[in-house]
Amino acid sequence: MTTAHPPQPRYVDGNALAGPLAEIFAADLTPALRRCAHCHTVSAVAELHVYTHCPGLVARCPGCETLVLRLVRTDHTIWLDLGATGCIQLDLT
Amino acid sequence: MAGHWRPATLLDHRREAATARTLVLHVAGWPGHQPGQHVDLRLTAEDGYTAQRSYSLAAPTSGDTIELTVQRVPDGEVSPYLVDVADIGDRSEVRGPLGGWFIWNTDQTTPVMLLAGGAGIVPLMAMVRARRDQHSTTLFRVLYSLRCPQERYYTDELGHHPHDDGLEVFFAYTRHAPPSQPRPPGRLTPAEIATHGLPPDLAPTCFVCGPTGFVESTADALLALGHHPRAVKTERFGPSKGSP
Repeated sequence: MTTAHPPQPRYVDGNALAGPLAEIFAADLTPALRRCAHCHTVSAVAELHVYTHCPGLVARCPGCETLVLRLVRTDHTIWLDLGATGCIQLDLT
Repeated sequence: MAGHWRPATLLDHRREAATARTLVLHVAGWPGHQPGQHVDLRLTAEDGYTAQRSYSLAAPTSGDTIELTVQRVPDGEVSPYLVDVADIGDRSEVRGPLGGWFIWNTDQTTPVMLLAGGAGIVPLMAMVRARRDQHSTTLFRVLYSLRCPQERYYTDELGHHPHDDGLEVFFAYTRHAPPSQPRPPGRLTPAEIATHGLPPDLAPTCFVCGPTGFVESTADALLALGHHPRAVKTERFGPSKGSP
C-alpha cells in the first residue's frame, strides 16, 4: 500500500513573528486576539498563517487568508504594514 | 527587553540523534523564560554576513544558561553548523525569550496533552522538565510521532524519569518501529489520540508542535474528538522556521 503525502502548506504560524515584532513593540503581540473584519474569525496573532518565502514576512488570517501584516527589514529600515483588516485586542494582565 | 540581542557562548553540547544536538548556551543577563518559548539565534561570519533562525528552548530557566535542541535541516545554512560543527566557547547572539502564546503556566493544574511531530518534541520537553522541577502533579499525556527510533530525542529521559509520576508517553512510529513495538508503523490516528490522550471531559490544554502537516491533521483530530478550539494551542515548524 502506498500512502499519499499531501503537499505541505508553505506557511508557519504567528509564533514566528515574536522575534521580529519584539524589535518594534514593547509588548509581545503574539498572544493578543485579532478579530477579522472580513470573516469575523477570532484568533491569536500566534495563529496567523505566516509566509516566509518572500521578501520579508507576510501574515494572513487563518480563516480567510486575507492579508493581515507585512514586515520587511533591511539593515537600516523596517517597513511594517498593518493594513486595515481587523482589530487586535491586547490584554494587559 | 526581549527584542535586543545578547551575546551567547556555547558551554556544552549533547548528541540527541544523528540529526540533532542539544546546545547549552551561556547568555549574559538572561531574564528567564516560560516552557514553550523560543529564541532567535544569530550567527555572524568574519566578513559581517549574518544569518538568524528560531529555535525552541528545550529546558526551563536555569540562571544564565539556556538549552536549545537543533535539528539539522538538509541544505540548511545555519543548522548543519550548530548540529555538527559548533564547539565549546563558540560565540553567537540570542534574542528572547519570545512568544507568549505557546506556553505552559507551571501554576496551572488543569490536565495537559502534548502532541509532538518529530522535532516538535523540543518545546514540549521544556514543559515536561518544568513540571518535574516544580514537583507538579498535573496530569500529563505525551503523544510523540516520529519516523524511527534513531530520530527519537531524550531517549533516556522521556518516559523513564523516576520523578515523572502522572506523566505517560505514547510513541507513534510512522516508518520504522523498534522490534519491541507491537504497533505497525503509521501516522498517529484520531483513535490513538482518543485512546492514549485525555478525553475532552477533562478539558485538557492541548499543545501541538511539529511540521505544518502534522499540526494541521492533529489539531483537526482534536477538534473532531470534541476538544475546545481555545484549548488547542499549536506551533508549526516550517521548511524554514524563518527570519525576515
